[in-house]
Amino acid sequence: MFQYVVERWDQIWFSSWQHFSLVVQCTVLATLIAVVLAALVYRSPQLTSIANGVSAVGLTLPSFAVIGLLIVPLGFGVVPSVVTVVFFATLPILRNAVVGLAEIPPTVVESARGIGMSRMRTLLQVELPMAWPIILSGVRVSAQMVMGIAAIAAYALGPGLGGFIFSGLSRLGGANALNSVVVGVVGVVLLALVLDLLLIGLGRLTTPRGIRVQH
Amino acid sequence: MSSTDHATTTAPAGDVTGRSILLDEVTKRYPGQQKPAVDGITLEIPAGKVVMLVGPSGCGKTTTLKMINRLIEPTEGRIVVGDEDVTSIDGDELRRRMGYVIQAGGLFPHMTVAANIAIVPKMLGWSKEKIAARVDELLDLVSLDPDTYRDRFPRELSGGQQQRVGVARALAADPPVLLMDEPFGAVDPITRQRLQDELLRIQEELHKTIVIVTHDFDEAVKLGDWIVIFTEGAHIVQYDTPERILAEPANEFVENFIGSGAGLKQLTLNRVRDVEVAPAVTCSPGEEVRAVLQRMDEAGGHQHAVVVDQRQRPIGWPSRRQLERLQRIPDGVEPDLPVVGEAATLNDALDTMLVSSAGAALVTGRRDAFRGVITVETVMEAITRSRAAAADGQAYTPVGTNTNPIETLPSSPAAPTVAPSGEDL
Repeated sequence: MFQYVVERWDQIWFSSWQHFSLVVQCTVLATLIAVVLAALVYRSPQLTSIANGVSAVGLTLPSFAVIGLLIVPLGFGVVPSVVTVVFFATLPILRNAVVGLAEIPPTVVESARGIGMSRMRTLLQVELPMAWPIILSGVRVSAQMVMGIAAIAAYALGPGLGGFIFSGLSRLGGANALNSVVVGVVGVVLLALVLDLLLIGLGRLTTPRGIRVQH
Repeated sequence: MSSTDHATTTAPAGDVTGRSILLDEVTKRYPGQQKPAVDGITLEIPAGKVVMLVGPSGCGKTTTLKMINRLIEPTEGRIVVGDEDVTSIDGDELRRRMGYVIQAGGLFPHMTVAANIAIVPKMLGWSKEKIAARVDELLDLVSLDPDTYRDRFPRELSGGQQQRVGVARALAADPPVLLMDEPFGAVDPITRQRLQDELLRIQEELHKTIVIVTHDFDEAVKLGDWIVIFTEGAHIVQYDTPERILAEPANEFVENFIGSGAGLKQLTLNRVRDVEVAPAVTCSPGEEVRAVLQRMDEAGGHQHAVVVDQRQRPIGWPSRRQLERLQRIPDGVEPDLPVVGEAATLNDALDTMLVSSAGAALVTGRRDAFRGVITVETVMEAITRSRAAAADGQAYTPVGTNTNPIETLPSSPAAPTVAPSGEDL
């Protein structure tokens, strides 16, 4: 096992980096999409319930099936992987963003409007900063979840640690097959831990002291 | 001079920074509702005055207030501020020129006190230095020490302090008009009284046009130069000075709304600064008692002396008997001193006196500096005088009508709320 890791260190390192990079980039993109969608729907109860429904149903879809279906129109490689990962990453963030924006006391919004802040300015300077801790906890959930989903990307020949898992599983019983699977799985878990720590740090840095939850 | 500043219609020219407001046949209808929430109201709000909108809940007073800054857009009618028709200018721009304060301040929890206050000046493109100076100036104005409070977050402040910051934020860009929606509804009675006094003091300095919505008639009497009493659909029942409303309620509805004790409420119309306070012998900590006693004798045999600190704030009020047992005036702040601000009403002063054993209270002026002593006798004299003054007629009354006045008024209003402070005498 140790030897396996040492021999393939470069490859493992490269795949880990690719995996990490795929997840981070997709999560950033998903956060943007989710926040924009949430900003569009949170004022209307109907649209809010539609958004919540979509995120609930969306999360029940098997990611393996989604990526498999996407290969048909999008081909193999990075594109279907990114689309799948972004899709799944968006859902928990969307849900939290809608909740976070809806939970802002109406009096705060009223006073923002009352002193002459426009709708957009109120959203950007008051509502989103206040909802940010809740949005960020959605981001953390998403990041953990899509770490695993990104491993599926190997099925569409996408980048990442999924390759170790798939190739190991397909030759199970063969030489180094188990090692390959273990490297993939442990790598994903370690990356998930690292990313979560980074996100906690980001939360510390970006949450104003006035709304930080006190322990 | 008891209640003359309620009765005069214009403050000395140049002093007034406020602007008059005119609602011209303004109506608000909500879709799906038969009766309009505000029914063709024409309301003139004189410049530099405090106008209180009172009425039972759901009477349209808040809607009326929010139509002044077009937070709620009127369905019909015109809004004129000063000489300018603002009915169709950009709403955000209009609101930046008016202060707006809601219950509990409506502060933004993720911003520091300074950042909260700086919002409007920032939107108006002021320079950083100018904004910083303005923030400190405003914190000073609302009696919060800038160095202590500038960098705090709203949740680190008490309810009363949040409300003060809310007022400071509304005043940030020096708007001529200040709109307040139940500003003191969320604080305890003692803090409320202090905030009301503070507002009066600020108004004395700034002479803004202030419109305040409240359901508390006592608050209206205390703060208002003019009071508008509304019934359902924002129909104006009476628009008059507090004195006249108390002396001559327009009908039974107003009588019920005033509640019991109209006579005692007259007390809230007079302020401590309007009556003559008695001088007192002052001394500072560490001074020899013998010299103080001598001064008390020279002043005509005073029975108490007032200990003041370096900034002339009263910190103790020992009696002659207490002093005779001492060598030097002790240091240290005496708790529960009966102190009232100059802007406090005689009602509050009387209350403070009755609680204290002295039958008198210490009066403080600017920056809490000691000014003199007020006694029960002073208050009695003031009542006699204000009764005589209320009999005088009114020279000028601002316009307040509806296009469709209702002929029959409800015989009993929906339970007017009486503030706890109103009944405790």
